[in-house]
Amino acid sequence: MSQWLLLGVNSVSLGGLLFLLSAGFSLIFGLMRIPNLTHGSFFMLGAYFGVTLLQLGWNFWLAALVAAVGIAAVGGVIERLLLRRLAGQELAQVLVTLGLSFMIADLCLMVWGGDPIPFDAPPGLRGALPIASIVFPTYRLVVVVIAVVIAAALWLLLERTRLGAMIRAGVDDEAMARVTGIRVSRIFTIVFCLGAAVAGFAGVIGGPILSVYPGLDGDMLPLALIVVILGGTGSLLGALLGSLIIGFLYNYGQVLFPELAYIILFLPMLLILLFRPQGLFGRHVP
Amino acid sequence: MSRPAAVAAALLVLASVPLWVGNSYYVNIASQILIYAVFALALNVLVGYAGLVSLGHAGLFGIGSYALAWLLADGWGHLPAALAALLLILGASAVFAVLSLRATGIGFLMITLALGQILWGLAYRWISLTGGDNGINVNSRPAPFGVALDGATPFYYFTLILFLAAVGSMAVFVASPFGASLKGTRDQPRRMTALGYNVWLIRFLAFLFSGFWSGVAGLLFCYYNEFVSPNVLALGSSAEVLLMVISGGTGTLLGPIAGAALVVIMKNVASAYIERWNLVLGAIFVAIVIFMPEGLVPGSVRLWRWLWTGMRRAPARGGAR
Repeated sequence: MSQWLLLGVNSVSLGGLLFLLSAGFSLIFGLMRIPNLTHGSFFMLGAYFGVTLLQLGWNFWLAALVAAVGIAAVGGVIERLLLRRLAGQELAQVLVTLGLSFMIADLCLMVWGGDPIPFDAPPGLRGALPIASIVFPTYRLVVVVIAVVIAAALWLLLERTRLGAMIRAGVDDEAMARVTGIRVSRIFTIVFCLGAAVAGFAGVIGGPILSVYPGLDGDMLPLALIVVILGGTGSLLGALLGSLIIGFLYNYGQVLFPELAYIILFLPMLLILLFRPQGLFGRHVP
Repeated sequence: MSRPAAVAAALLVLASVPLWVGNSYYVNIASQILIYAVFALALNVLVGYAGLVSLGHAGLFGIGSYALAWLLADGWGHLPAALAALLLILGASAVFAVLSLRATGIGFLMITLALGQILWGLAYRWISLTGGDNGINVNSRPAPFGVALDGATPFYYFTLILFLAAVGSMAVFVASPFGASLKGTRDQPRRMTALGYNVWLIRFLAFLFSGFWSGVAGLLFCYYNEFVSPNVLALGSSAEVLLMVISGGTGTLLGPIAGAALVVIMKNVASAYIERWNLVLGAIFVAIVIFMPEGLVPGSVRLWRWLWTGMRRAPARGGAR
């Protein structure tokens, strides 16, 4: 019994990480109409930045924040210098992000080598927390809390601020948003940087659970894709629900059917595509 | 040179490759080029003629490779194993098509990408079936009509025959009314619907056609390496073949073949000097998409014209261009 409960906590914490990864992915998709295929690379690059700072003796949270800022800068450069040139050509933009993801993966391999680099949770959070006779790993609970806090912050940003209203307008109808005087291209840059930053942050936060290794990007990107296919593009709530579903399916699948865990992830995606192609909360079919 | 003469010359060159390249290493590279050309031609049916960009085609290619390797390891004969693998590929293509044709454009690309990644994950993790990272070895090549294909040269001719069959079927396909209607669904899906064409069915059949030839290329690749591993299905493979199609020029017969030759040669040359093939692949991808979206051959012509007119006009307008 306690084992299943523990698995539940692991599922929620993986769901939290996936939410951090796919919230930005989903917003970028909703706004710019492209799946950003460098998103997995942002996650991995964030983790590598973080581990480097940790090895220099930095504080964990500071390292995570600085890594997030660094990844936001990388995202900003990509958006401004490359994607901007191809405005309106969605397919070309996707292919550019694909090419970039290969380059980033290979550069990471060059700089940080081929071996996985494990890293520890911050000192106070390494142990386990006994709650009602069951011992929970403290750090995973912390990850859940962080994910909830960031989800709430993103929700407030989108629903309660002027910037959020502009982003939502861009997601719903880009042309109309432009007509009403919103500088949508600037919103593009902001959302792209924000999404990149959250993904990079998630890479560091996820490090003590997943560690960081070449191929982490390729492991995370399909999960983000599936989350967005499930939840619908441009929807924060969809990303949250999709992440939780995938978090549970992945963890329970790994334990119950270790070899077929990927097929189990595939099933809800299949059902959604067949019966609700716009996703659970999506407004339009991509 | 008239068209039949050009075709005859090309055939002569292709048929005589083992005679003038000498070394069996180069004959093998020629075989690789032909195998990837079949694969790129197959993907081009969707990318070029249907306007549907798939990033999961390595999945179909890989299903062919794996099915063949697995059946051979299970003790099947070459012919029944290959036929069963082709049937499986058609089935898998149908499933891929039904799922991914829910969308077009970016949605199609995303769904095929997710499907391809799932197949990769299966090949990697379903160890009892696929051997995981260790892959599956294939112990023998077939001997059709008593001709053993073990050496580089016989295998090259075997590949060449299938390559020619692929090119022939593509040429027929492009010139056929069906090919024309497929191009119609690419350019004007609404008008095609209004004219009474079943756009979905046309795309579905094109997907099967594309999946079939991708699978044939997968079978050839399996025999060529006498080994399959999850790398065959990785996103990198899908991206590589897409690069072949795009770099050569989409929607043409020669483009994907030229692209395949270019990428395979570059890959072999690059890996002889540097380890960083993926970096080069990514950089070329980005450069081609940004500077020559129509493909290398037409792109170079355009760039050259632009430079040429630019140089000629520059003095007259004081270089303000």
